[in-house]
Amino acid sequence: MGLLLTDDEKMLQESAEGFFADKSPVSQLRALRDDCDANGYSKELWAEMAEMGFTGVLVSEENGGFDMGFMAAGLVAEQMGRNLSASPFLSTSVLAATALKHAGDDVAAKMLPQIVSGNMTVSLAVDEGAKHNPDGIEMTANPSGNGFKLSGKKSMVVDGHVADQVIVAAQTESGLTLFVVPADASGLDTERTIMVDSRNAARMNFEDVEVTGEQVLGEVGKGAEILTAVLNAGRAVLAAEMLGASSHVFEATNEYLKERKQFGKIIGEFQALQHRLAHLYCELELARTAVYAALTALDKNPKSAGPFVSMAKAKLGSVAKLAALEAVQLHGGMGMTDELDIGLYLKRIRVAQELLGDASFHMYQINK
Amino acid sequence: MSDLEQFRTQTRAWLEENCPQAMRTPMNRETDACWGGRNWVFQNDDQKLWLERMAAKGWTAPSWPKQYGGAGLSRAEDKVLQQEMKSIGARPALLSFGIWMLGPALLKFGSEEQKMRYLPEICRGEIRWCQGYSEPNAGSDLAALATKCEDISDSGGDHFLVNGSKVWTSYADQADWIFCLVRTDNTGKKHHGISFVLFDMESEGVTTKPIKLISGRSPFCETFFEDVKVPKENLVGERDKGWNIAKYLLTHEREMIGDSGNLKPLAQMVAEMGVTPDAALQAKITEVSIDEWAFAQTMSRMLAEAKAGASLGAKSSFLKYYGTELNKRRYEVMMDAAGYDGLEWESDRSNDGQLARLWLRTKGNSIEGGTSEVQLNIIAKHILELPNTA
Repeated sequence: MGLLLTDDEKMLQESAEGFFADKSPVSQLRALRDDCDANGYSKELWAEMAEMGFTGVLVSEENGGFDMGFMAAGLVAEQMGRNLSASPFLSTSVLAATALKHAGDDVAAKMLPQIVSGNMTVSLAVDEGAKHNPDGIEMTANPSGNGFKLSGKKSMVVDGHVADQVIVAAQTESGLTLFVVPADASGLDTERTIMVDSRNAARMNFEDVEVTGEQVLGEVGKGAEILTAVLNAGRAVLAAEMLGASSHVFEATNEYLKERKQFGKIIGEFQALQHRLAHLYCELELARTAVYAALTALDKNPKSAGPFVSMAKAKLGSVAKLAALEAVQLHGGMGMTDELDIGLYLKRIRVAQELLGDASFHMYQINK
Repeated sequence: MSDLEQFRTQTRAWLEENCPQAMRTPMNRETDACWGGRNWVFQNDDQKLWLERMAAKGWTAPSWPKQYGGAGLSRAEDKVLQQEMKSIGARPALLSFGIWMLGPALLKFGSEEQKMRYLPEICRGEIRWCQGYSEPNAGSDLAALATKCEDISDSGGDHFLVNGSKVWTSYADQADWIFCLVRTDNTGKKHHGISFVLFDMESEGVTTKPIKLISGRSPFCETFFEDVKVPKENLVGERDKGWNIAKYLLTHEREMIGDSGNLKPLAQMVAEMGVTPDAALQAKITEVSIDEWAFAQTMSRMLAEAKAGASLGAKSSFLKYYGTELNKRRYEVMMDAAGYDGLEWESDRSNDGQLARLWLRTKGNSIEGGTSEVQLNIIAKHILELPNTA
């Protein structure tokens, strides 16, 4: 298993590390939040990510991308996690880019180069209720003329309100099917939802939204298989983001234990606290392995990567939560203040825990 | 009919007649809770009426002696009153640090004059109090507090002069008076030389600055004192021996924070969210429910074991530790149950992110009033009699 990074991957990691720390530190998310930014992300950052080639990390070379694979995408996401960088990377460059690999040549050729250049944002609309449940999609695509009419509701559509196109999962008579729908389609109503992590999400209501056969992604009735591959890509990359976020709060807490004085001592001298952080270190090492294993498995054979991806998302679901909770508690009252960044990490980690399946969901997947 | 049964019947009838209907609905907004005080703006006439009626009955502080504004109820009668209020969904007429914190300290350590001066107005909700304990460098190590309180009688004054700052002062920006731990002597051990004083927040030299929390709310403040004059009669108990009062109050506070006896069970909270748990969620709910039940029973057992009215001593640290950690677990499961819906921060649908904000707020439960780590230290030292670490 390729758990050691290659030289190329190390180079990518380093450049991503410097890039996000420089261009998109936590203060950027804070400013987006405090200014109630209409986009919820910096378009300049997104343009610079395109220049760096991050937007096209999973796009084939023939469509203008760099085809670097899932490990590369994960390494970028990890650095985004460290800095809580907000961008449409997960929605557009991971979920949509993976989905569009299964699109016909025309659609792929039309959309993928635009994703690479940073000129098109694409959302994936899967979930409908309060929990991630891709097996429970009820939205319907009823035959109409030469195409279909889509009706139903979608929730937690990441970047939904800033998307140019939406990839939607709906049921046809022959089974689950994915459609590519322009965000301004008639009958599609999008409501931005402000979330606890100050990152982008939306609810969507489809009412007889007309689509043609050309908008079908892959084949009618064969959407489930594509969707699984797409979701697994997103889950592994999201787990990598969680790894970055939890590593950051772990390090910040480690530093704090070396600074804060009480009872005439540096609090890091107290063995009880040392053990708490040492335990977290151990868990994070396992978490890193799980994430890299999932990304590697996806690069080798996406079809058999499912259990590895679920292990990673489940493991990070619990380890990232532990890291965030320990960070708040060990920072004491300061950890409860908005002034410190710890709370922003706690919030993002909570959302990432839920998104694309929480630990319980993925434990069930593994045992299925 | 036993006396207690008779009390129950009378109480039920009185509440039925006197509790306005509007005060029998759940408290959803912050202004639904009445904190009283000089600057309190009653949400409506019913809130005012309810406070006046309850105060006149002595039921804002039911167990306090009648001469100080209470009703002199026994512990059993007090419990009956709480049960009867709960059964009609009556809101508490008054939330008050004066009742929860300062009152018990004054009853035990205050002079007769101080009791007569401060307690009745607390019961009537006329003065809102805040607690000045923690300082930036005295959190877990509270006894390291350094806010200076000088006796300037040598230079002819009849008052103390207070200089320093406090942090995590709950609602300091809305309080009328503060009960405050100050340092009157720094020549001996740190637990010596602490005094407990009371003063008006409108005194010259007092300023407050709200602290924004991760929940987006600002219930706490930084509080600064610059040459604040405090009349000498406002010293409670003996000078330099205020740590005894502080400890007494901390113990009291711990019992209160740890008291989850009145909390709605998690299973009910989840059911009210309209969530039908799957097997995994049900297992999490049940795990917490077992501890909710066992914890509530344990608390009853400990209170029954303690002599009537006696303090639980170091066991209050157990209650504080376990109760707050349990509450954190409850909210983690509620967030699991709510899923994406619980992550909304600003919407009518989510009542402005009510669940998420409460979830974030609970993270402070194991920090305020002495961290979980401090409670575990107390348990290790005073109950388990383990040696101090070097």
